[in-house]
Amino acid sequence: MSVLTETYDVAVIGAGHAGCEAALACARLGMETIMFTVSVDSIAMMPCNPNIGGTSKGHLVREIDALGGEMGKVIDRTFIQSKMLNRSKGPAVHSLRAQADKKNYSNTMRRILENTDHLTIRQAEVTELIVEDGQARGVRTFSGAEYRCKAVVLCTGTYLKARCIYGDVSYETGPNGLQAATHLTDSLKKNGVEMFRFKTGTPARIDKRSIDFSKMEEQKGDERVVPFSFSTDPGDVQIDQVSCWLTYTNEETHKIIRENLDRSPLFSGTIKGTGPRYCPSIEDKVVRFADKPRHQVFIEPEGLDTNEMYVGGMSSSLPEDVQYAMYRSVPGLEHAKIVRNAYAIEYDCINPRQLTAALEFKKIKNCFSGGQFNGSSGYEEAAAQGLIAGINAARKIQGKELLVLDRSEAYIGVLIDDLVTKENHEPYRMMTSRAEYRLLLRQDNADLRLREKGYQVGLVSEEDYQKVLEKKRLIEEEIRRVEHTHVGAGEKVNEFLAAQGSTPLTSGSSLAELIRRPELNYELLAAIDEKRPGLREDVREQVNINIKYDGYIRRQMKQVEQFKKLEKKMIPEDIDYDAIKSLRIEAVQKLKLYQPANIGQASRISGVSPADISVLLVYLQGRAGENH
Amino acid sequence: MMSEDTIAAISTAMSPSGIGIVRISGPGAIETARKIYRSPGGKKRLENVPSHTIHYGYIYDRDVMADEVLVMVMRGPRSYTGEDTVEINCHGGLLAVRRVLEAVLHAGARMADPGEFTKRAFLNGRIDLSQAEAVMDVINAQSVYALDNSLSQLKGSVMRSIRKIREEILYEIAFIESALDDPEHISLEGYPERLGEKTALEKERIERLIRSFSEGKMIREGIRTVIVGKPNAGKSSLMNMLVGEEKAIVTDVAGTTRDVLEEQVMLEGISLRMMDTAGIRETSDVVEQIGVERARKYAREADLILYVVDGSVPLDENDREILEIIRDRKTIVLLNKNDLPQVVTREMLKQLGTWPVLSISAGNRQGVEELEEQIRKMFFAGDLQFNDQIYITNARHKDALEKARDSLKMVEDSIAAGMPEDFFSIDLMDAYEALGTILGESVGEDLVNEIFSKFCTGK
Repeated sequence: MSVLTETYDVAVIGAGHAGCEAALACARLGMETIMFTVSVDSIAMMPCNPNIGGTSKGHLVREIDALGGEMGKVIDRTFIQSKMLNRSKGPAVHSLRAQADKKNYSNTMRRILENTDHLTIRQAEVTELIVEDGQARGVRTFSGAEYRCKAVVLCTGTYLKARCIYGDVSYETGPNGLQAATHLTDSLKKNGVEMFRFKTGTPARIDKRSIDFSKMEEQKGDERVVPFSFSTDPGDVQIDQVSCWLTYTNEETHKIIRENLDRSPLFSGTIKGTGPRYCPSIEDKVVRFADKPRHQVFIEPEGLDTNEMYVGGMSSSLPEDVQYAMYRSVPGLEHAKIVRNAYAIEYDCINPRQLTAALEFKKIKNCFSGGQFNGSSGYEEAAAQGLIAGINAARKIQGKELLVLDRSEAYIGVLIDDLVTKENHEPYRMMTSRAEYRLLLRQDNADLRLREKGYQVGLVSEEDYQKVLEKKRLIEEEIRRVEHTHVGAGEKVNEFLAAQGSTPLTSGSSLAELIRRPELNYELLAAIDEKRPGLREDVREQVNINIKYDGYIRRQMKQVEQFKKLEKKMIPEDIDYDAIKSLRIEAVQKLKLYQPANIGQASRISGVSPADISVLLVYLQGRAGENH
Repeated sequence: MMSEDTIAAISTAMSPSGIGIVRISGPGAIETARKIYRSPGGKKRLENVPSHTIHYGYIYDRDVMADEVLVMVMRGPRSYTGEDTVEINCHGGLLAVRRVLEAVLHAGARMADPGEFTKRAFLNGRIDLSQAEAVMDVINAQSVYALDNSLSQLKGSVMRSIRKIREEILYEIAFIESALDDPEHISLEGYPERLGEKTALEKERIERLIRSFSEGKMIREGIRTVIVGKPNAGKSSLMNMLVGEEKAIVTDVAGTTRDVLEEQVMLEGISLRMMDTAGIRETSDVVEQIGVERARKYAREADLILYVVDGSVPLDENDREILEIIRDRKTIVLLNKNDLPQVVTREMLKQLGTWPVLSISAGNRQGVEELEEQIRKMFFAGDLQFNDQIYITNARHKDALEKARDSLKMVEDSIAAGMPEDFFSIDLMDAYEALGTILGESVGEDLVNEIFSKFCTGK
């Protein structure tokens, strides 16, 4: 029997947020790319919450954008409300979050994909990964068609052997009732890939007309919207925004839940996958935080052209009738009509320690992967990995060094390093507390950190690159000027200081020193800074942050220096840990399991002690000496 | 090379002779020594002296003289580690060596990790490659040993305090981080004030630990001595006899890190840390089994075992088991109840091992002088030793506590300066890490776990 056979450079499996970034990156880097999806209508779908960004996730979107990814640009064109979270806190934790018009987001992304050169979209279920001589050579679809290629990027999201559950209803389907992919898991297992089973869930969608908003608090967007993308003109995002609404669960809600716990598949044991602790279902919250009298519920629009409202905070897998009772006990939802039930979803994903930090399988060369398939959760986490996996698939084919961001360079680096070096027992979510150098990894400086990398990779235009170089220059120049501009203890200065509630000067001071005072900042000092040049807002912001938090920033930069030293100490691939007698057995086992690429990575593996690291260093030094 | 910082440690065995060397190595070694060294004339500056020269003078910890010393300056690469190295020879006894080490640490050096001098020597090419394996063995062996010691040297109550402080700090970090991660669910309104009070409280707790450390109360010190013997052999009487008065011997609460009573005893100027396995006195059969197991456990950890035999009853299965346990250990056998008719004799016991056997009557306080003399003899013959590691661990612990305190101070400063909340958690985390080094616990996933278990976040 003859079958369809085609040849491409790269095959991307999946068209969710990871798949889209991966496919775009490959195609834009000149690779003939084919992207598979079980349904073309589900490209860049948002099957759970209608937001992009949020704490630490907003950082990821900024970084994706700085590297030349698409997510930031698309949300800038399709958001319906936007907020900068944590504005009252330090700059490191400011985070953008936008409500998306889901349909519009998905369609906009699809249009971009459809109009990208070298990119082919194909609706088909991939059932087999073709591996020859330890290297990915292509994929086979359900129909038997064969697509030969030089690299494969797996971004299957939550579709592998997916099962949706609420109450005792359970059916083999992907998110939103879409067809699950039931065969690929077996093919992967056959190739020695270790799989996990994870679980997540989503709340119900409710008909807007059945909600009484007068019983809820209105949540408006920011007055002045900041765009996600460094390429978006801030003037273009000042739109009329829609509101979200806040209401609360109560004792009655909790009683309903408690009385029906035995009907929850989570508690009855029907669901075996591991769910995320940071995103608990409402029944989880009621059980684990029994003393909390109420939980917040956010009612969020799913788009402008739909009446569906997302019930944030109340994801569940309770039976349909209990869902009705529980939602209707919440003020404002007394007459709620459910459009889509809440459900939990179980799916196969991989144990990500099988990947290198470039997101390539250690044991299957030229096979890359990203997104929920790697055990993460969230659209932004997925997109970030998809982008890196896509870039590296292209670079691998081109024979270039693979792109690895480290923990001191980007949240993306933290995300991937955590995935590949730490024990992961639940869907992984980004958090600012995971980034040890977060003072340096701010959302406001993602362009300064990563534009150059994006440019070198080939995803950032010359124009955008020149823009960031110019910005850098202006910032440095202005910082220098402010450090060296002195003001005397004159009348005007001291009057200004008094008006700001700041101690008057007795002798001269540099402007920088004044900026460091808690009650002052760069903007305020304009009043006494006569020679100040006219600078763009983003430049002024950088000047202020860099001067104000100088002490802390320096401290972290010192730590980064130390960190970099260990990252640069590479461990040869052929190292035989068993032969290093002084290593403890536990360390040997862990090191063999994870195969860290460098000493820094090795030091982060749980079960490897500082003494083991010393031993490794000595061993490597000894080896190096012998070779000379 | 790897070493950016400057490390220090006592590099000689802590013998009772009281002469010890504090070694400093690293790029800041000479600078560190310069800060604390004063020549007799007050003019000599160590940074200007030629390499491989020795200088007489004094070491000052801030304004207090720590010891009269000889300082040897060696510039890299011509030193053991290949780095700039300073060795301070102290003459004022054990205490002075420790005070000099403290001065060095206060001046900015870091307490060396186990095997670190050797590691640096190797990485700097000062040790032959063929020795790599030996170096690796040393590092891991020492580090396991140091950690075991570190934990066993801390009193249970001290360990509990440190754990508690650590938990409190972690809770605060987790709270801040939860609020930063989920600002719409968790508010930090009015929080800095609360954290200020909390920080002051924990800082004071750490201060107290540092003070009690300086007063020597924090650490178990001396020759770890354990009394073993079957029930009713007279273990408690012996303990009472050594302690010197009839009293309930409960100074450290039982049931903490180990179920054992402890007492510090000075014999002829030698400090013994007595551990009495007679802590369990119930009469059920199970207990005897437990007694043997305990004896086995403590015998392993002890520097000296006092085996009490009831001379008035025949040796039985219990005794044989104990004899088996203590066979290779430094042991003194005490034939007790010599005021009663004896069925076990000294000769019988001498045949069973190479240990000295003394005849005593603990109830009548007979034989205490002989025992003291025997211990003194063993100590000065070098059969019994203070554990060197105690001093090293001591300094390490104090160093860590001071770091934690300084980090909490920085939290207070940040609160006072009105810094945003996310800055607090940076220094809180430093304090948490510093305290963790005492317990041998690293940070790992602690924070993330704490956030998820204590705070309800998420969509």
